[in-house]
Amino acid sequence: MKKSHQPPRWARAFLAWYCKPELYEDLVGDLTEYFERNVHSRGLRYARFTFVIDTLKFFRPYTIRKPSFVQLLIHRIMLGSYVKTSARNIVRNKLFSTINVAGLAVSMCVGLILIGLLSDLLKYDRFHQNYDRTYRIISDRGDDNPYASTSMKAALDIRESVAGIEKVGILKRSFSGDFTKEETTVPLEGFWADSEALSVFTFPFIAGDPATALKDPFSIVLTETAAKKLFGNADPIGKVISYKSQSRRYPGPFELTVTGVMHDVPKFSHLRFEMLGSLSSLWKIHPDDKSLTHWDSMWDTYVYFVVPPGANLETLQYNLDEISKAENPHVTTGSIHLSFQPLGSIALGEDLNNSAGPVMGMSDVWMIGVLALIVLLSACFNYTNLSIARALNRAREVGVRKVTGATKGQVVGQFVVESIFIATLSVVVAFGLFVLVKPYFLGIDRHLSEMLTISFSFQLALSFILFAMITGIAAGIVPAFFFSRLNAATVLKNTHSVQPFRNVNLRKTLIVIQYTVSVIFIASTLIGLRQYKHLLSFDLGYKTKDIFNIRLQGNKADIVAKELAALPEVKGISKSTIVTSIGNYWGSKIKYTPDDSTWANYNGIDENYLAMHEHHLISGRNFSVQTDESAETEVIVNMDVLKRFKIADGDPFAAIDEILLVDGKEMKIIGVVENFHYGKVDSKSELVMFRHVKGTPNWLNVHIESSNWQETAVRLERAWRKVDNVHPFDGQFYDDQIRESYNEFSAMLTVIGTLSFLAICISSLGLFGMVVSSTESRLKEVSVRKVMGAGEWRLVYLMSKGFLTLLAIAVLIGLPLTYIFFDQVALPELVNPAPISVLDLFIGIAFLLAVALAMIGSQTLKVARANPAEVLRSE
Amino acid sequence: MKGTNLGEFEELVLLTMAALASDAYSVAICDELEKRTGRAVKLGVVHAVLHRLEDKGLAKSKLGEATSVRGGKRKRYYTVTGGGKAALLKAREIRDGLWKAIPGLVPKGI
Repeated sequence: MKKSHQPPRWARAFLAWYCKPELYEDLVGDLTEYFERNVHSRGLRYARFTFVIDTLKFFRPYTIRKPSFVQLLIHRIMLGSYVKTSARNIVRNKLFSTINVAGLAVSMCVGLILIGLLSDLLKYDRFHQNYDRTYRIISDRGDDNPYASTSMKAALDIRESVAGIEKVGILKRSFSGDFTKEETTVPLEGFWADSEALSVFTFPFIAGDPATALKDPFSIVLTETAAKKLFGNADPIGKVISYKSQSRRYPGPFELTVTGVMHDVPKFSHLRFEMLGSLSSLWKIHPDDKSLTHWDSMWDTYVYFVVPPGANLETLQYNLDEISKAENPHVTTGSIHLSFQPLGSIALGEDLNNSAGPVMGMSDVWMIGVLALIVLLSACFNYTNLSIARALNRAREVGVRKVTGATKGQVVGQFVVESIFIATLSVVVAFGLFVLVKPYFLGIDRHLSEMLTISFSFQLALSFILFAMITGIAAGIVPAFFFSRLNAATVLKNTHSVQPFRNVNLRKTLIVIQYTVSVIFIASTLIGLRQYKHLLSFDLGYKTKDIFNIRLQGNKADIVAKELAALPEVKGISKSTIVTSIGNYWGSKIKYTPDDSTWANYNGIDENYLAMHEHHLISGRNFSVQTDESAETEVIVNMDVLKRFKIADGDPFAAIDEILLVDGKEMKIIGVVENFHYGKVDSKSELVMFRHVKGTPNWLNVHIESSNWQETAVRLERAWRKVDNVHPFDGQFYDDQIRESYNEFSAMLTVIGTLSFLAICISSLGLFGMVVSSTESRLKEVSVRKVMGAGEWRLVYLMSKGFLTLLAIAVLIGLPLTYIFFDQVALPELVNPAPISVLDLFIGIAFLLAVALAMIGSQTLKVARANPAEVLRSE
Repeated sequence: MKGTNLGEFEELVLLTMAALASDAYSVAICDELEKRTGRAVKLGVVHAVLHRLEDKGLAKSKLGEATSVRGGKRKRYYTVTGGGKAALLKAREIRDGLWKAIPGLVPKGI
């Protein structure tokens, strides 16, 4: 009988797996006989089909193998043996074990931090009872750049017209200021909230009733800490405190009654506040302010709602669409589209504008995650490479195991256990590193320490152990299969028949991948660094050097200015509403022709501001000195405003004295300034106006020339103390503020830079291990060559040639890839990108190669210098 | 426990086993049964019955020699034990007794 027609192998394997061994031979024989018969009579396809069906049919109670207790026992006993051999191996090969454990530990430390970060972020807001059913309304102005905030009007509309929503809670920002109780004055920050907000969220109360606490106007709920600050240990319920707002139009003071005290807001809450005031107070505080419920005042109100279990979210979205459709025609500032997001995706999710509290962008987390995974894989590659390269040493052991009856599966098991063992060892080291590194990680950015604690917990420990297991399996699976395939007979006959270099392509590929990744990492870091420097040194269009900005915190500007002006270092003082170029925006609606209006950004300034900041006034004049009472009639605009409305065809000289409607008031253009960066450098330049700051500006800009900054800082603070004893002095140099506004960027850069450093270290370690093992195995060859007269450098070249080729390939793949990616994809996305510096890239690559060459060179030279007589004699 | 009582199919298998004598292995029993009864006999069923008969001690088995057919796998040959023979005889006695007890069923022509 020809062997050409075989029953399906996997079916036979399946049978062998489940069938009792004593029944198996007979059974498979019968089935094969039928199979052969069927091939003859009905054809191969039918025969194979029936064979498969029959193997399934034979899966019966009497054929199934019982799990044998002895087998389990053997596994248990062998496990001990595996661990013992692993430990011996680790001790015997100190160099390789160190390389493996070091690489794995460092990369696993990154993994641990990431696990800690994720587990923290996933804990956010879970303490609310309706966590799964709570959503937040978000608004989109049609530019794919949604806002976390929405209008109060939207909330009222939803309450009125959308069925199937249990509760709608409204929170509004801008509730901050000084709170006074008898002698004590404390600055606090929080939200205006309506009564339902406290049933949407379940912040635990200490005293008072959440259902009624925010019902009446002028009620306030304090957190424990805020209550302690104001009342000490006295019972605050029912007491009256006085609230002085920083708002210019409605400064107060107002009398608020404490109706509740709640526990401090938990760390893992996306809403952070010190107190909540009843929203109904707003109608009493500004009875004449209609903009409260305008559809387009969507900048500082947050609306949350709870749906009943199993609610249909599509209908809900449809209802929201209907509301947008009905409301949009009433406004002229562009349409607003409402949608919603679950509570669970606020803290860890899309990075929205106007976010209510700290958030972590999902894309950032993904990016760091992928990079960390790459570093981890690189360490796993090291393990795989080194294990196989050392196959010679282990082959005999595997042979003996197989001869004494170890199955393939058991050999695989042994090597996987070994790699898990090493991974567990590494995770212990990694945990030590993790504890050391954690404070530095949280310190990278204020944002991180604000959001995360990464405190250790039982769950975290469990996930760490699981992580170690998975890493161990990932690292060990390839060598395990390599060893399990060794043939016992040939291995025992002649150890050199094991050709570890048969898998040489796999290992070469792994090295190339590692180095390509390193090249990409280092090149990206350098490009990012160049970008960061570019942002900081960018010419904003005005001067920021030596300007020190002080937050006034509600104090009268003139009083503070008078104190400061007395200091000799102070060369000039100006006032402003905001500090520009660090990501602050204040907007007004402007109109030139009757039916065309738009939002323009503005800064309120005084008559000294333009000169001190060296803004370039193209035409017209600066503001004149004005008192608080004088009506606002003048405005200075930038070139973009002229262009946007085609005022005087963009001619700055002809545009002077044109009338612009700003927030409904007629104002005369008295000057035109050159465009400058009002927003951050990485955003486009926009329509900008300067208006005269009246009442209380928020900032004093102080021009300081000082040779001893320490002393000046003390004097500035002393001057501040004379005016204000409640608020701590809050001032910073303009350039520092700008640097801080790119903190996110620099934090990201720090993370990526660190990861690339680790990737380079790990691949260098791996390369070192490979060079050591390959030169060692060629020791005899090298000695013979030397005896025959080969020179040392010739030998070094011979041994490093292979590795140099791999490095060259990695550079040739990685460098163009990175260049093209940044040049074509990433940088064009940015508004003001810095060009890629080729020199930077070459320095980076040179560094990488220098490290690699040092590794290769030192080892090959050592071997090339070995005394051939000794090597050959010991053979 | 059914004891040594034979089911109808068990009886047929046991009888075939006896009839085939030294050539009684699963596939042959299957084929023989098909030929005699004219009904389709499933290998799986026969296997289960053979297993049960061996359990009850009515049949015993041993592996034969490997041949080139059947993928080189050995056949398991079955033989009827003493107990098996006794069970067959007893089944036949019961049947004969019952046949005799039927009054109207004596063929007329005799």
